[in-house]
Amino acid sequence: MTDAALQVPVAPRVSPPTGNSKIEIPGTPKMEIKDLRFYYGDSLALKGISLPLADRKVTAFIGPSGCGKSTLLRVLNRMYDLYPRQRAEGQVMLDGENLLDPGQDLNLLRAKVGMVFQKPTPFPMTIFDNIAFGIQLYERVSRGELADRVEAALTKAALWGEVKDKLGANGLSLSGGQQQRLCIARTIAAKPEVVLLDEPCSALDPISTSKIEELIDELKAEYTIVIVTHNMQQAARVSDYTAFMYLGELIEFDVTDKIFTAPGDRRTQDYITGRFG
Amino acid sequence: MKSMALYGRRRRSSAITMGLSVGATAFGAFWLVVILATLLWNGVGGLSLSVFTSMTPPPGSAGGLANAIVGSVILTIMGVAIGTPVGILAGTYMAEYGRYSPLTPVIRFVNDILLSAPSIVVGLFIYEIVVVPMGHFSAWAGGIALAMLVIPVVVRTTEDMLLLVPNTLREATAALGAPRWRMIASVAYRAARSGIITGVLLAIARITGETAPLLFTALSNQFWSLNPNAPMANLPVTIFQFALSPYAEWQQLAWTGALIITFAVLTLNVVARFLSNIGTSK
Amino acid sequence: MTEAALQSMGGTRVGEAGRENALRRFTIGDAIFRNATLIAALGVLVLLGGVILSLVIGSLPALRTFGFGFLTNQSWNPVTEKFGAVPAIYGTIVTSVIAMVIGIPVSLGIAIFLTELCPHALRRPIGTAIELLAGIPSIIYGIWGLFVFAPFLQATIQPWLIAAFADVPGFNLLFAGPPYGIGVFTAGLILAIMVLPFITAVSRDVFVTVPPVVKEAAYGLGCTTWEVVRKVVLPYTRVGVIGGVMLGLGRALGETMAVTFVIGNAHRIAPSLLAPGTTISATIANEFNEASGDLYTSSLISLGLILFVITFFVLAAARLMLMRLEKKAGK
Repeated sequence: MTDAALQVPVAPRVSPPTGNSKIEIPGTPKMEIKDLRFYYGDSLALKGISLPLADRKVTAFIGPSGCGKSTLLRVLNRMYDLYPRQRAEGQVMLDGENLLDPGQDLNLLRAKVGMVFQKPTPFPMTIFDNIAFGIQLYERVSRGELADRVEAALTKAALWGEVKDKLGANGLSLSGGQQQRLCIARTIAAKPEVVLLDEPCSALDPISTSKIEELIDELKAEYTIVIVTHNMQQAARVSDYTAFMYLGELIEFDVTDKIFTAPGDRRTQDYITGRFG
Repeated sequence: MKSMALYGRRRRSSAITMGLSVGATAFGAFWLVVILATLLWNGVGGLSLSVFTSMTPPPGSAGGLANAIVGSVILTIMGVAIGTPVGILAGTYMAEYGRYSPLTPVIRFVNDILLSAPSIVVGLFIYEIVVVPMGHFSAWAGGIALAMLVIPVVVRTTEDMLLLVPNTLREATAALGAPRWRMIASVAYRAARSGIITGVLLAIARITGETAPLLFTALSNQFWSLNPNAPMANLPVTIFQFALSPYAEWQQLAWTGALIITFAVLTLNVVARFLSNIGTSK
Repeated sequence: MTEAALQSMGGTRVGEAGRENALRRFTIGDAIFRNATLIAALGVLVLLGGVILSLVIGSLPALRTFGFGFLTNQSWNPVTEKFGAVPAIYGTIVTSVIAMVIGIPVSLGIAIFLTELCPHALRRPIGTAIELLAGIPSIIYGIWGLFVFAPFLQATIQPWLIAAFADVPGFNLLFAGPPYGIGVFTAGLILAIMVLPFITAVSRDVFVTVPPVVKEAAYGLGCTTWEVVRKVVLPYTRVGVIGGVMLGLGRALGETMAVTFVIGNAHRIAPSLLAPGTTISATIANEFNEASGDLYTSSLISLGLILFVITFFVLAAARLMLMRLEKKAGK
């Protein structure tokens, strides 16, 4: 399959073209969501979602407020497990194993699947310690290697130049855009395989936003990226595949270009053209 | 015209009641000033280096409060050393592991009762479970009694401060694959640090000057003793004995001791307040 | 150096063995920490249970000897070993009532001043000053009361009260001489000053929860400040204020050292408020270490049990009311 080797994503084969269909994309998907149902207490928030997440590509979840895109994202690293009365049923396969399985070690899962949040969340520590924290959780590294890893992570996050002289400063002393890049550096320093981004730019100014979008473009060479965004233009700029969701259902999933130029479903079309939001 | 008369009456009653509220505030502030002033007036006269260097004297002779001051410091350290870890751990359970557990509201309820319970009852309790089995009064008993007063304060402030740490910070730590205890130790505690320290300072302020729980536990000691198994001299009980005695030197020492305690408590309160303001203004 | 690090970032994943060790550490660490915090939390419950249990056990000899008579007997005689709790309970309740009667209006007045009238710049310093009253240890109130306040009352207020009510039927019994200075009334007054900061603090906290729009609506109709307080603020915060009052009451009931110094320590019930009396905590504080004989000690512990039960109910009621308020605020 030479298609996977090309940078161009190939349109998924959907069969049959209705509701709970199995969507296939070329190559083995990194993660595969199969008939996922999610409940807040007794109310059903995600109504049987099935879709693949391509390896080392960017998949975007878009949709109006309340459609369930953040909820879906937070299932992928079982973040909902921190709270009572929230549960998921169905399957979410990561490298062939169902991460919804009760026997799944959550810490291990989250070491593989990292997350960056809407509001920047620097830890109340120095910049250096912020990055070192994730590394030292799972690995014993010498001081020299730790410094190198921190520098590498900050460089990858396009932050090194701005903070290299003040690694001892508190993480909270950075600007909003810098804090968010710090959080991204922190996440990738821990060497995850998948990176989840929950509206990472919605609290940032346009310049910081474009810096982060460039970053996403570079990061996808090594990581599978899933991004939730309410900014459609951002999804169009950044992602390879896009999933449109509405009221807890997956309405349409396709190569990004196709979604935004020739969507198949009427509702997708209405959302993209701004008929509702 | 009738409505103007009615309005006049309404205005007057408002003026009167508002005036009364100003009076009430002046009343409260007045007593604070009077108490502090008389404390200074009566206590300063006895203040001298010898107060801090000489021991408590037998009736009729001159002396100081050195052993009582040192004893109070030791008992306070014991109370804080025993009570603070228990308090912080319990508060941590309530805000973290047990946040959604039905046990937590019960513990909060019981803790608030312990917080305001009469401290003399605490003294009786420790008497029964420590002094009676040991057969004698001791500094241990006094330290444990003070610890029982420290615990509810520290539990309350620890839980409150940890609850203030935003959940997104917890999620960000979990997202890295960190286990709960790492999240609490490295992130939550650090974020709540100044608040928890404030709580410990307030607990210390609370037990400084507590007399009733020491009356039947550490008792007091006229002599210099650092033995935790023996009764230990302390300022509050010493003041109690000296003030109610007929001896002028003893009464003077009681006033001076009272001044020292009040000064320590007010300083602790001011520092705690200052710290918590720094924390909130960040 | 960084090149190599960059290479290693993109290349190898973290060794599986390293991850397994780490995960094992995590599980153990979480188990230990969770259990430690749980034990400490349960310890709080155990403490309360322990207090109740030890008080009950300590009281048994006295309760077995006197039965319910303990609660009705007025005499307290260590020599004949006949102990009755009535004078102590009476003193506890009367001093607390005096403290409440004076303390509640004054506290509310201060809270109203601080939330409605006080210029904003002065709010914090004056509020802090009132709160400092709570920080002063009770033994300080005690010696101040004995050496300064009581003589003052003896010389001025008390003779005035005796003279003023001399011809008023009923009241002349309440305020009968001689002016001792110390006594039930003095203790009540000092308690009032001591509970002021507690009731004020809670009242202030609940007063500011009144939504400004509701008050503005009242002002907009032309209400005077007092009317806004009486018709809007107080009804809105009624539950919280009562909770604060009960909290203050709980403190007053259990207060020991201040009362011990000024109450006169007389085990009798006199009709006059100006006479000496005793309270439960003052009795225990004064007599426990001199108590000889198991019955004497046990009677004192029984007094402690009674005090604890009374304050428990008062504090529980306060807590429940404040909890209802928090629920209403949607906490």
